[in-house]
Amino acid sequence: MVHWLRTRGRAAAPYGVGLAAVIVVPSLLGVIPGIAPGYILYLVSLALIYAIVAIGLGLLIGHTGQISLGHAGFFAIGAYASALLTLRLGLPFVAALLVAGALTATIGFLLGLPALRLSGPYLAVATLGFGLAIPQLVVWQASWTGGSSGLHSLPLASLPLGAFTIVFRTDQDYYYLAAAVLIVLTIFARNVVASHTGRAFVAIRDSEIAARAMGVDLVRYKTTAFALSALYAGIAGSLYAHLIHGISPEDFTVLLSVDFLTMIVLGGLGSVGGALSGALLLTFLQNALTRLPVVHDFKNLYIVVLGAILILTIAFLPRGLAGIVRASRQRWAARVRPGASRLDQIVELSDGSGVR
Amino acid sequence: MFSTFVAFTLLTVFQLPFAVAFVLTLVFAGLFGALIERVVLRHISTTTVLNPVIVTVGLSLILLGTAGWIWGYEIRTFPAPVVGPPLRFATVVLSQLNALTFLVTLVLMTVLFAFFRFSPTGIAMRAVAENRTAAQLMGISIGRMNALGWGMGTAMGAVTGMLIAPLNYLDPSMMGDVALKAFAAAVVGGLTSLPGAVVGGLLLGIIDSVVGFEVPELRNTIAFVLIVLVLVVRPGGLLGKHEIKKV
Repeated sequence: MVHWLRTRGRAAAPYGVGLAAVIVVPSLLGVIPGIAPGYILYLVSLALIYAIVAIGLGLLIGHTGQISLGHAGFFAIGAYASALLTLRLGLPFVAALLVAGALTATIGFLLGLPALRLSGPYLAVATLGFGLAIPQLVVWQASWTGGSSGLHSLPLASLPLGAFTIVFRTDQDYYYLAAAVLIVLTIFARNVVASHTGRAFVAIRDSEIAARAMGVDLVRYKTTAFALSALYAGIAGSLYAHLIHGISPEDFTVLLSVDFLTMIVLGGLGSVGGALSGALLLTFLQNALTRLPVVHDFKNLYIVVLGAILILTIAFLPRGLAGIVRASRQRWAARVRPGASRLDQIVELSDGSGVR
Repeated sequence: MFSTFVAFTLLTVFQLPFAVAFVLTLVFAGLFGALIERVVLRHISTTTVLNPVIVTVGLSLILLGTAGWIWGYEIRTFPAPVVGPPLRFATVVLSQLNALTFLVTLVLMTVLFAFFRFSPTGIAMRAVAENRTAAQLMGISIGRMNALGWGMGTAMGAVTGMLIAPLNYLDPSMMGDVALKAFAAAVVGGLTSLPGAVVGGLLLGIIDSVVGFEVPELRNTIAFVLIVLVLVVRPGGLLGKHEIKKV
């Protein structure tokens, strides 16, 4: 009985901290001198949106073990679908967001079908092709996508609530919107991971043959993983389009796909919280690098830093930042309750433990 | 890509003749590849297939950024190895550059085929690819074979780069397109078949030229669509067999 309460208490604690942080952050930022709080909030919103993609990508790479270097493609589809629906068809923002999510999920499912035949480096190159193809298609269909100049002056995001409508005008409004969507999707991802679907994902990652022998339907769960992670990228893309108010094909390069990959590797493969922290860290790192006064050549520096992060994390910290947290938590638990620690460790290890 | 830039520097800054620059670049690429294997890849755990893939992505980012740093992003023309009037066979006109490319490819293919088929080292490399543990039990040094494989692979990449750069252009990001098209060719021909890769490459080249002439914006898209189509309709490719792994 006590055991159950404790487990639940521990699982709820990060949400409590996260929710408190969400509420406190805007008022804290107002205090920082010299920087407009609006800009920081905009940056935080961007980081939260990237975190949504990272969590989705984490389900695919970290839990199911299927790599994708083309998630900027899904992100782009979500952004363009949402932008086109609101601009051309005048759909309300919420409807556009949902349709964009459903559309990308469908495309993710369809891409999952050929991806069933590929693994490892082959899957990486094929998904890279997807990421390269989407911006090309956008430029090609210039008559309705706006071509390389993109789509601009998107309507403000709004949320109808019964009689009146909330319109997200300021950076702070948008920040709350992004945070709310992120919280819902984080809880959803954690529940998926804990469900039988999540177990099937991990089983496929650890050994496809063993998973099949246990009766895991590879086709069903791999395509589900692709569809889910595409859904996250699509919703994030929709939020992104309305945050920036304008999108162009150059926003969705292969480098963005690699950004997403670096986020989850840095945060820790196979951990929802890791994806979240990796996304926040990397977005701020990128912004900090552009502000370095000594560097003229920001783009190359950033690319080299990304590569170094990927290699060093895999070499020295294969479970990413989440691995550090997990290890220190285990040490703490061992000190507090020496007897119970061993059982805890077994549970922790089998529970989406990342790469071993 | 990186090696091609080295070749470019050798050719333009040091004004070396093409043949000398070609050989020097090959040696550089081979050593560089082996060095990367030794310094980086060997220390990466291979318990999952993801790790090497992620590390390779990281490596290519570092090379891309460094090349961008040293040589910049402006698109350059790469000096052609041969110049002169095109060769004519009846109605077929073939530039000397294309003829050379064709010749080098043919020679390389033959050498590689013979190497993997007959030489003990080549057979040992295939054994390592097939089953690491069994290969190790047979007394094959896994580390040496991996280093050799990386060196050879990098050198092949350098040859490809030096042959493609005069045809197209030189730019740090050029090899992404090349990798995608090479993969599409391999899938079309059949991933398990060496002649399949050749047939696939020829086919992809023709499709790419014809469709790419009609809609030049969509060249990468075509390669991607081909990959998807072949994998769905005929997963083994044209010449390969589709194998389902069984215990």
